[in-house]
Amino acid sequence: MHAAAPPQADTFPKLLLEHARLRGEATAMREKNLGIWQAWSWRAVAENVRDLAGGLSALGLRRGENLAIIGDNRPQLYWAMGAAQALGAIPVPLYQDAVADEMAYILDNADVRFAVVEDQEQVDKLLEIKQRLPKLETIIYEEPRGMRNYAQPFLHRYAEVQRRGRKLHEDDPAFPQREVDQGAGPDVAIMLYTSGTTGKPKGVCHTHAALITAARGGCEFDRLGPGDEVLSYLPMAWVGDNLFSYAQALAGGFTINCPESGDTVMTDMREIGPTYYFAPPRVYENLLTQVMIRMEDASRVKRALFHYFLGVARRCGAEILDRAPGVSVVDRLLYGLGRLLVYGPLRNVLGMSRIRVAYTAGAAIGPDLFRFYRAIGVNLKQLYGSTETCAYVCLQPDGKIKLDSVGPPAPGVEVQLAADGEVLVRSHAMLKEYYKRPDATAEVFDENGFFRTGDAGFFDPDGHLKIIDRAKDVGRLANGALFAPNYIENKLKFFPQIKEAVAFGHDRDQVCAFVNIDLGAVGNWAERRGLAYAGYTDLAGKREVYDLIQECVEKVNAELTADPMVADSQVHRFLVLHKELDPDDDELTRTRKVRRGFIAEKYAPLVEALYAGKRSCHIETEVKFEDGRRGKIAADVQIRQVQTFAAAPGTPAVAQRKAA
Amino acid sequence: MSAQPPDGEVLLAVDNISLSFGGVKALADVSFDVRRGEIRAIIGPNGAGKSSMLNVINGVYHPQQGTVRFRGETRRRVDPHRAAANGIARTFQNIALFKGMSVLDNIMTGRNLKMRATLFEQAIYVGRNRREELVHREKVEQIIDFLQIEHIRKTPVGRLPYGLQKRVELARALAAEPALLLLDEPMAGMNVEEKQDMCRFVLDVNEEFGTTIVLIEHDMGVVMDISERVVVLDYGRKIADGSPQEVRANPAVIDAYLGVAH
Repeated sequence: MHAAAPPQADTFPKLLLEHARLRGEATAMREKNLGIWQAWSWRAVAENVRDLAGGLSALGLRRGENLAIIGDNRPQLYWAMGAAQALGAIPVPLYQDAVADEMAYILDNADVRFAVVEDQEQVDKLLEIKQRLPKLETIIYEEPRGMRNYAQPFLHRYAEVQRRGRKLHEDDPAFPQREVDQGAGPDVAIMLYTSGTTGKPKGVCHTHAALITAARGGCEFDRLGPGDEVLSYLPMAWVGDNLFSYAQALAGGFTINCPESGDTVMTDMREIGPTYYFAPPRVYENLLTQVMIRMEDASRVKRALFHYFLGVARRCGAEILDRAPGVSVVDRLLYGLGRLLVYGPLRNVLGMSRIRVAYTAGAAIGPDLFRFYRAIGVNLKQLYGSTETCAYVCLQPDGKIKLDSVGPPAPGVEVQLAADGEVLVRSHAMLKEYYKRPDATAEVFDENGFFRTGDAGFFDPDGHLKIIDRAKDVGRLANGALFAPNYIENKLKFFPQIKEAVAFGHDRDQVCAFVNIDLGAVGNWAERRGLAYAGYTDLAGKREVYDLIQECVEKVNAELTADPMVADSQVHRFLVLHKELDPDDDELTRTRKVRRGFIAEKYAPLVEALYAGKRSCHIETEVKFEDGRRGKIAADVQIRQVQTFAAAPGTPAVAQRKAA
Repeated sequence: MSAQPPDGEVLLAVDNISLSFGGVKALADVSFDVRRGEIRAIIGPNGAGKSSMLNVINGVYHPQQGTVRFRGETRRRVDPHRAAANGIARTFQNIALFKGMSVLDNIMTGRNLKMRATLFEQAIYVGRNRREELVHREKVEQIIDFLQIEHIRKTPVGRLPYGLQKRVELARALAAEPALLLLDEPMAGMNVEEKQDMCRFVLDVNEEFGTTIVLIEHDMGVVMDISERVVVLDYGRKIADGSPQEVRANPAVIDAYLGVAH
């Protein structure tokens, strides 16, 4: 543990008070507001949390009760977490972009009486569903804008609640400490809802002890502590943000930075220059795509320079970052020059100049993408974990990075594999239970207290874990061969032109796939080619686009032949969907994982057409717009036959065109 | 929508305005008033004299007859500069921003009238100017926050899509902290979503800052939704004046919009 961290503090409020005592004037939080980075010291944070806790207590929030928190990453909402925990209540952060109906389920399931929300938008959502939620009594909003004409007595302004808390503190100065002292490590610290990939979301209850174990483990592993900076921009309802922006910040004592708005994250990141960064693979991908698109427009000299030095970096950058031996002196010199001319400025543009540790998780990352960041000197690593395991199972140690594994088990974590390949985990950083679901809780633990992750994977010879798919999604083709849809989909999605893919094949004789093109990348490609299109649906149906995607699919097929385990999973036919898969239409989870079963049902005619060998199929789909209206998209979706390759281990794959 | 009683204090009154260019009569004997805090719409077919009316109000055109009374002061001839200093700001039908300048700088120009420092002080950024810049920048940032354009603060206006440019123009007009805001077709050429956003912002400006708004708009849905009273012009004459419901039911208005043989 870092020198200044207090080992005896067993809850987050105690940690906060320790930091306020030990480094009261150091910056704990920043937020950009009105164009200026506003900062709060640990002391200021502690006072704000204390005042809010007092106010919440005065309004009637009781120990053991759940408090909903809804909004973007704002210091005030993190304080609300702290305030709830100080009172022994349990914060329940919700995804801020969820529609009211989705929130209703969680608010009801969690028996929420109190909600702290960001602004009018969230208040409106709660008011919309309040009729159905008899338990919801009090709503506290932070941003007063637009709230002038809301006269409901159960609405309270955040600042007003804090003012009540201050008064309470003046009348009874011992109150905050008394409340904090009643808390202990085994108490539930937070409840995070699972994304609901399967069935209804479940509330995962984590204790202070579990989260602090995970947080301290992570901080020690990467030597994080005061002086480190993290950008808090991922949804607060997600376990990753809770670990990186809240638990680790409090355990390690580093500074969290909240962006001005969701649209300004890139700019804000450049200004802050975080030293510790987390993003799901798609964020890294978007960043790279943006850079590449802008480079296409750069002058010839710059473009040539960029591509030359990127070549150098690909050759030796990752090795230099890993301090691996065997890099020639010439390459070292060239890399040094490249750092001056290309990598340094590029990292600066990406806001990654100061990054010491960057993580990615949540989905497989493309090998090219992963290598790109490491090559330009960003210490990007992978980790493996889930909501239930506090996102703390495997971490890649510095210098021992592999592209296709997630690293060895983290300190203090035991990992075993079940007979069917399912990954089993035992550690102290583990959920206490699912809220009100003893049946589900009992189900996820095996007789030895190991948690069933539901992921299928295996260890490589160096003891690094390799995840291939969800265990339940791993199916069998009709001929009995292994079918891991996610594995195929990820291989497809590694092409920048493909945004989403859905593979079908369980109990079938062949694999077929749906593809969503990436409107940014393919649109740009089309523009360069002078290919006119009216929108997603139009572009997706173009013959040229099908040709482009067909090339990608065939490359994947060729790759799949390399591993005899998956050689039978080559994609035989595909189609480009006429609409983008969208969480608002329940086709993706909020964390953008495809809901394969739901999609197969919704687009059943398309799936049938794929397997019937048709050349096109008419489909009409209902879509939900952002403002809640509904509409229909209709299209004639074409189907393409793809070249597959004979699986011939040891010899180069031989092309073998099948009859269309 | 705020339910302001329509009997508030009169902020602006135009009386018997007639304006002609050579032989063309743009406005003929038009009178109406605007009450403090209301959203007043001017509608009418193309060439009805709506933009001319706004130009008369903020002094770009000088009418041959009639008077404009603003905050109790009656004037026959006002020049635009004077009108702006008195608290009238406007946006234009065709966006009139400095395309090469950033959003921030464009909005900052809206504060120009409030700056007291001399050109010399501004040039070398000392004394009064330094303090002023800070105050003005803060005000501008509040408007940027209000209109949710943080992400384009440093972007040159020319690179922005049309809908956002319109929003920047509104921001610049707001930067002058006007008592009366004239909006010339704020939603023209926008898609449905942009229109909804703009409506929301116009209502928010009216509610949060208490700004009185006169707007010209062709989208009848928008007019009916957000304005409290509507003036209808046709061939330079006022043919109706009243609440949206009254105006919509007025046969003269229906004739003007749909032709007489409906």
